[in-house]
Amino acid sequence: MAEPVSGLLLNAAAGVAAWVLLVLLAGCAVLVPIGGPGVRPLVRVRSMVHSLATFQLARAARVLGHEPAGPERAEGRETAWLAVQAVTGPGGVLLVGGVLSADAVLWDLQAVRPNSPLTLALSLAVVAIVAVAVAAVPLLDRAQAWLAELILRPGDTDRVRQLTESRAAAVSAQAAELRRIERDLHDGAQARLVSVRMNLGLARSASDPAQVRALLGEAWESAGQALADLRDLVNGIHPPVLADRGLAGAVEAAALHVPITVDVDIDLPARPEAPVESAVYFAAAEALTNAAKHSGAHRAWVRLGHSGGVLRLVVGDDGRGGADPGGTGIDGIRRRLSAFDGTLDVRSPAGGPTEFIVEIPCALSSQKISPS
Amino acid sequence: MRVVIAEDLALLRDGLVRLLSASGFEVVEAVDNGPMLLSALTRHRPDVAVIDVRLPPTLTDEGLRVALEARRRRPGLPVLILSQYVEQLYARELLSDQAGAVGYLLKDRIGDVEQFVEAVRRVAAGGTAMDSEVIGQLLTRRERDEPLGRLTPREHEVLALMAEGLSNAAIAARLLVTDKAIAKHTNNIFAKLGLPPSDDHNRRVVAVLAYLKAEPG
Repeated sequence: MAEPVSGLLLNAAAGVAAWVLLVLLAGCAVLVPIGGPGVRPLVRVRSMVHSLATFQLARAARVLGHEPAGPERAEGRETAWLAVQAVTGPGGVLLVGGVLSADAVLWDLQAVRPNSPLTLALSLAVVAIVAVAVAAVPLLDRAQAWLAELILRPGDTDRVRQLTESRAAAVSAQAAELRRIERDLHDGAQARLVSVRMNLGLARSASDPAQVRALLGEAWESAGQALADLRDLVNGIHPPVLADRGLAGAVEAAALHVPITVDVDIDLPARPEAPVESAVYFAAAEALTNAAKHSGAHRAWVRLGHSGGVLRLVVGDDGRGGADPGGTGIDGIRRRLSAFDGTLDVRSPAGGPTEFIVEIPCALSSQKISPS
Repeated sequence: MRVVIAEDLALLRDGLVRLLSASGFEVVEAVDNGPMLLSALTRHRPDVAVIDVRLPPTLTDEGLRVALEARRRRPGLPVLILSQYVEQLYARELLSDQAGAVGYLLKDRIGDVEQFVEAVRRVAAGGTAMDSEVIGQLLTRRERDEPLGRLTPREHEVLALMAEGLSNAAIAARLLVTDKAIAKHTNNIFAKLGLPPSDDHNRRVVAVLAYLKAEPG
């Protein structure tokens, strides 16, 4: 009983929040066209709406007892849900309150005419009404959860379009990656090994000891460069530390690679699937590199956690902000995440701070993260 | 000098055995997995162990974990970790007990036989052998810092070699200058970085590494 009651109260709170956000949205809608505060406040409000909707969806999934849907942005659906929530949220509490206050009225009637046969009937009615109210609370909670899912969850057509797009993006990203690896091998390690063999061949047929020594020296140098090329390539495909230590260890290692101070706060009780780990790792590495290279930041922070079926990564820095949310690196990350219904949100107002927020719906395995 | 080798690829394991035997080491055992390494380290109590970071059965950082575990059981057990790549995270874990006698080198460095053998001897003697790539990354991390910026390019070079674990004599040989010149540089470096001067070589390396590992201020 405690859960549905707190659910009802949470719904009411969400309803109040919905009112506030609706007023803010309306304010932005009026002010932005007349050149008021610009689009930034609107973006802020939108992201708050999105957070509230994501929270409600996660709760709805819990109440209805199934896997949560991915965090997905659909502004139209979110606004519609806000309007409905503004009414039904406080409505639930009011309804239950109304029924219970009817009880109080009956109770008063009974006090007016004591000892009449009516007293028994009235008492029975009071009990019945309380029972109805008690039964209604979980039903209301479920109804509200169902309503939230109905409005916020994408329909089948939307979902099919979305899956088709993200699959195409994932396939083309993979093809591009293979092309890059082929090119790197061809121009790097392969070419260097050809030169090693050439120099060794020459050394084999040379008779002058000084010449042999020089050729061996060249071969030795080229072999070393081939190793360095291969190491860089391997790191770009799947960093060994990710296999060794999982996402938590690899993100910690990535934080040590950048020349700024990074506060790392990771709370993952277990490991996600390997492909998700990889996508999130590269997102974190890209965001940290951007923070160190372009933002002029002194400090950065990484927060990584999992709740309500969603893995959430935040990489922020105290730099000058104004990061391009559509740069090539960021686009690549976004395509990679989309294959898992993941999203990347870049918040970077001029003057900073910049925050990269990655959300990806996934389950954690029971495999424990092994300690160092 | 008695050495235990752990490397799962036969080609490299045989190469290491040959290379170290030819350089006057006695290879008491060469193993190809983590559990056997741990028992070899306990049984033979070698003067130094040369360990590939990635070993079966997990094929993750098994070699490093076994090395750390062996050093927990026997503090200061000399271990030199070899790897195809270097991670600051692992260097940090190896150095964290401050007991010295640790090495962490890229496998590429075996190709420079003379320097590699010197590094194994240094670790066996309680010294440090950090890969120049580890030190390079640490220095880049701190390069925006005021005290490091005050070092001359030459002092920078000397600091990097000192952090790798080289003695004054070895640094002098590498840079083709006299021991005395290096002693002067090291004194200047310690003064500029505000580190207490120390004649004990190993303690000096620990101090420099601790300084470089600290968060940039």
